[in-house]
Amino acid sequence: MIRFLIKGLLKDRSRSLIPLIVTSFGVMITVVLHSWLTGIMSESLELNANITTGHMKVMTKAYSEVMDLSPLNLSIIGADSLVKGLKKSYAGTDWVKRIRFGGLVDVPDEKGETKAQGPVVGWSLDLLTKGTKEIERFNLKKSLISGSLPKKTDEGLLTDVFAKRYNIGIGDTFLLFSNTFEGSMSFTNFTVAGTIRFGSEAIDRGALIIDIKAAEKSFNMEDSAPEILGFLEHQYDDEKVNLISEDFNSLYRNNDDEFRPYMIRMRDQNDMGSIIDYSQAIGTLMVAIFVGAMSVVLWNAGLLGGLRRYSEFGIRLAMGEEKIAIYKSLIYEAILIGLIGSITGTISGLGISYYLQEKGIDISNLMPNSSILMPQIARANITIAALYIGFIPGLVSTVLGAVISGIGIFKRKTSMLFKELEV
Amino acid sequence: MREAIIRLESVSKLYPTGSGNFRAINNISLVFTKGEFCGLVGPSGSGKTTLLNILGSLDTPTEGTAKVLGRDIGKLTHKESAQLRNYHIGFIFQTYNLLPVYTVFENVEFTLLLQRKTAVERKKLVMDSLEWVGIADKAKSMPAQLSGGECQRVAIARAMVKRPDIVLADEPSANLDAENSIRIVETMKQLNMEFLTTFIFATHDEKVMKFLDRIIHLKDGMVELDKIINKTS
Repeated sequence: MIRFLIKGLLKDRSRSLIPLIVTSFGVMITVVLHSWLTGIMSESLELNANITTGHMKVMTKAYSEVMDLSPLNLSIIGADSLVKGLKKSYAGTDWVKRIRFGGLVDVPDEKGETKAQGPVVGWSLDLLTKGTKEIERFNLKKSLISGSLPKKTDEGLLTDVFAKRYNIGIGDTFLLFSNTFEGSMSFTNFTVAGTIRFGSEAIDRGALIIDIKAAEKSFNMEDSAPEILGFLEHQYDDEKVNLISEDFNSLYRNNDDEFRPYMIRMRDQNDMGSIIDYSQAIGTLMVAIFVGAMSVVLWNAGLLGGLRRYSEFGIRLAMGEEKIAIYKSLIYEAILIGLIGSITGTISGLGISYYLQEKGIDISNLMPNSSILMPQIARANITIAALYIGFIPGLVSTVLGAVISGIGIFKRKTSMLFKELEV
Repeated sequence: MREAIIRLESVSKLYPTGSGNFRAINNISLVFTKGEFCGLVGPSGSGKTTLLNILGSLDTPTEGTAKVLGRDIGKLTHKESAQLRNYHIGFIFQTYNLLPVYTVFENVEFTLLLQRKTAVERKKLVMDSLEWVGIADKAKSMPAQLSGGECQRVAIARAMVKRPDIVLADEPSANLDAENSIRIVETMKQLNMEFLTTFIFATHDEKVMKFLDRIIHLKDGMVELDKIINKTS
């Protein structure tokens, strides 16, 4: 009997091939959309982590209380040994010193006198150590408009908009006015190695990137840093970050020194917790809406499949097949179609998602004047959920559609069979 | 006298309507014996199909008793009526109602699968029944490749393959031309005589009526005339 029904299923393409294609396609779209939304959300978070917050950040307790002011005089002393200790204690994580600063760039004329001056926000990063990940985190290679990345400590990168506005080019020298660790003025000459564009108008208006060693020297901050940023090997993971920060802070629990190191999580900075929760909620909502819509489509496909076969069920009832046996066969067919469709749809969806994860889509041209920091490449992110999310519309809804349409078999009055089958 | 296989005693069937109940059949008492070739004749709404439904255990009487092969139709469970249809009653419909995705062989085989017959048994029984109706050479054809007459022959083979005691046929010749109608009825008559299967038709067709041994005229749900034309017993 099972063979007979399977044979019918295979021969009747409207019962097998078409539902299979519909299910498979629906599942594929669900998987791709889920991975794509997850990717975009996590890319946006990663961008913030890379530039500002890290996945976690170590600073002095005093600095953490006024961190928005970036007070250099509250920096960690002995930062190099702390970085080494962190790398050793938490395998697989990367820890880097960062100095954010503000300053004034003085552009001289050919006589060395001030031609123009403009305010900049600055980041000092590890640009020169071999294998540094900081260049990638700031996406500097792709942001480069002209020139090259700094090769020496006295070289810096200016944003392209700033350089054009103040008519300063590659190889030109400028003077950076800022303040030292102790609060006195600092004056340091830098040469423009290249110009960059981040794609965010707020930053591109005036930003400077220099090597961390240059900043340490210029601001009199050798072996100290206001912030040490920590990065997990992969993307942000609340659970891992919680474990690390709790472990680290427990080491200093009984220390009342206001300059003791203190670790905060990404979600504790700049209201990132709300953003993480919000983005997760929005992502879940969007996926839920889509899964719901797809479920309705596949549910209806199951429903129509059952109704279309009303006549066949009538014949089978007249032949003496029991209602429950017909109902079961309808559900088994739906399970088979739903399962095969969900598996093929998930595999093809994962294939497309993997491509989008690896290659991504360059969306920088879509928002050349954006004032918010957005990823330049929109990528998918395959998570464990992508392996099973397609089964909700693919299997559950298809079977549910069959279960509901099959109720008609029980409601059907066999006494009407003669009339119905004459249609 | 042949044994009675269907006994209807004061059978009525009422359908609720807005203003009360509609009597589709009213106080009918009939006996059908083994091997009868019998027709229910009457205008639309006379109760032919309702009576066939009760005889085929597709419906139950509201009043009275209907016994088919000794089983009280009104007291059968769904499972028991399904089994009665599966083993003892064959159906032939006006529009053939073959399963379009299966071959002729598979269409006829279906009933035997429900009876859990072995593949060897099924093959023999199916080919025998296709031989009876003269379309054994079409066993591998699909219903769409057959003419109307051939489709109805398949339907007859499907009804007969389980060697039922009763075959109920609702207007079996209505969709066929005159020549095919006569051939179909001749085939059924032949099977009736060979296997002593009871055939009960609902029909308007004069060509079919010529072959009947007994004609029961129904009007307004009641038996108007029960006429034995050509007694076979």
